[in-house]
Amino acid sequence: MSSDVDFGRPMLVLRRRRIAVRLERRSVVVCAVLVLALAGLAVLALMTGSYSLGPGEVLSALTGRETGLMHDIVVEWRLPRVTAALVFGAALGVSGAVFQSMLRNPLADPGIIGFSQGAYTGALIVILVVNGSYGQLAGGALLGGMVTALAVYVLAYRRGVQGFRLIVVGIGVSAMLGSLNTWLILKADLDQAMAAATWGAGSLNGTSWDQVIIGGICVLVLLPAAGMLSRPMRQMELGDDAAAALGVRVPAARLGLVVVGVALTATVTAAAGPIAFISLVAPQIARRLARTAGITLAPAALVGALLCLAADYIAQHVAPTPLPVGIVTVVLGGGYLGWLLFTEARRRL
Amino acid sequence: MTVLAVRQDGPGTTTVPGPRRRLLGLVIALVVLVVLLVLSVMIGSTSIPPSVVWDALVHSSTGIDQVAVQDYRLPRTIVGLVVGVALGLSGALIQALTRNPLADPGILGVHAGASFAVTVAVGLLGVSDVQGYMWFAFAGALVVTLMVLALGSTRQGSSPVVMVLAGVCVGAVLGGAREALQLTDPDAFDAMRSWNAGSIGGRPLEVVWPILPFLAVALVLAFVVAGPLNAMALGDELAVSHGVSLARTRVLAIIALTLLAGGATAIAGPIAFVGLMVPHVARWIAGPHQRWIFAYSVLLAPGLLLVSDILGRVVLRPGEIPVGVVTAFVGAPVLIALVRRKKASGL
Repeated sequence: MSSDVDFGRPMLVLRRRRIAVRLERRSVVVCAVLVLALAGLAVLALMTGSYSLGPGEVLSALTGRETGLMHDIVVEWRLPRVTAALVFGAALGVSGAVFQSMLRNPLADPGIIGFSQGAYTGALIVILVVNGSYGQLAGGALLGGMVTALAVYVLAYRRGVQGFRLIVVGIGVSAMLGSLNTWLILKADLDQAMAAATWGAGSLNGTSWDQVIIGGICVLVLLPAAGMLSRPMRQMELGDDAAAALGVRVPAARLGLVVVGVALTATVTAAAGPIAFISLVAPQIARRLARTAGITLAPAALVGALLCLAADYIAQHVAPTPLPVGIVTVVLGGGYLGWLLFTEARRRL
Repeated sequence: MTVLAVRQDGPGTTTVPGPRRRLLGLVIALVVLVVLLVLSVMIGSTSIPPSVVWDALVHSSTGIDQVAVQDYRLPRTIVGLVVGVALGLSGALIQALTRNPLADPGILGVHAGASFAVTVAVGLLGVSDVQGYMWFAFAGALVVTLMVLALGSTRQGSSPVVMVLAGVCVGAVLGGAREALQLTDPDAFDAMRSWNAGSIGGRPLEVVWPILPFLAVALVLAFVVAGPLNAMALGDELAVSHGVSLARTRVLAIIALTLLAGGATAIAGPIAFVGLMVPHVARWIAGPHQRWIFAYSVLLAPGLLLVSDILGRVVLRPGEIPVGVVTAFVGAPVLIALVRRKKASGL
């Protein structure tokens, strides 16, 4: 029956009574490899630090067979950070995939509708003007980001929101807030300005279980929502008219996608600051690895997690001085995307 | 002019004002610019009456207002004029070259390259004054722009999308490296946060003179390629059939715009939106003819920059806001209004 249909590429069909799932074979293989790489890298990250551990020790600490210092090091100190990198990286990857697919633009990410700059403005005001606590910082960042995203959406609204207009309005508002941020930093005294800039780069330093659990719950709620929206999302890649003809309620679906995408980024920003570039690069890398026609969510999430974990490992252990993870993601992601472009441009000749 | 005639036959083109009206507009723009130049010298943390300004310009007197005019206001105004001309023309060039109405020299990595080079100069080499790191900024802007252009072009020519992506990538990588340097070196951080805002104040004229020859060459080049760029607006094939050498035009235009944008950034730091906005206004007034667009851009851009700078000096008197911050606040609403119009002014 349907398994005889030629989809143009190898498919994997799973059947169990009434439910059948059709998966692309290459995507499945790529995802499996990515999961393995993630597991390996996570164990490596748990092993490394000022007190080195072997893989056996890490595994026994994780399964609860160790107590005392070993348990503290692995489960209380290193595991929150590794979990945060995995969860937040995945959230950023999905959020970027949602935006790029929705706007049909490989350069789109939540930053494009001003979220990151707005969050940074909010955080700067909390740090420099109110001199607030960590909780207030997260709140200020969330508020700033949400208000900015909303403002961009409203400004771009003119009998519906069109992708191109959203992008340009986003660029404009981001540029305004960016220069406001520059000015705030210029007016602040040096120590405060540097602290603010470190937060602004996005850092997983001192991540505790509290932050990870709150953030993790939000991400766990949002990821299935993104999954449910992925079908209308793929149909909207054909164009709004075609999607509407196929029965998608385009305005509602687009609003849902914006909300999910922004909420995912907001969660990460509140917990760790604006970690740049993962949401931009992960979907592109995933698409090229899985060789899918459009943006797909699962590989994007896994690539995002891998990128974030690898970047945090480099920021902590490879760089000469510990750096905010956001700086490494920018360099890694930007470099990789540049290399991809370069090789692709050569191959296309 | 034949080119224009062809364009006007197309559907939906706006009416293009005749040469006389365009010339009149150009004269008006020139007068406005001169008025703004005078205002820029007069207005500041203290207002200086015209008679004193004249006195300071003609005689070398030593009153406090005269010194303010000679040492601060006048250099600042000249810097604004030079930087404005360079930014406006580079914006017009890149929009004509990429046929992208939203192109801005910033996307080609000019700002990223200049900022990175200045950070290296301040953080690693210990350069501490504007005269010193100006050359780093210029070199950084040139090298990075050429890198982006090389990355963004294939043997078949260059695709705007790939070029923008390349600019974003290179900008991001350099930005990350720059931030890493800054966050580990408070001195570099401190120097960079003021440079990054983009300002035409506090630059001695010694910063401008060495850059000026480069800008002059670029100015001439821009008007040389204006004609061929007109033809290229019709499409590459038609341009070739009009006898335009595509490669030569592109190379010359790229050299000109790199020198202009790099020079402006070297003098003033990254200033956004002037290069993006002004060519649009020029197109509304002058129609699609590149030579007129360039001429209008040359006159309108320094006007915009000076207005922004005067605003920045007046709003928080006696403190001031760097002009780069003001241009973003003036420019972004214009950009938003532009895309909210029914028909964006295309190319």
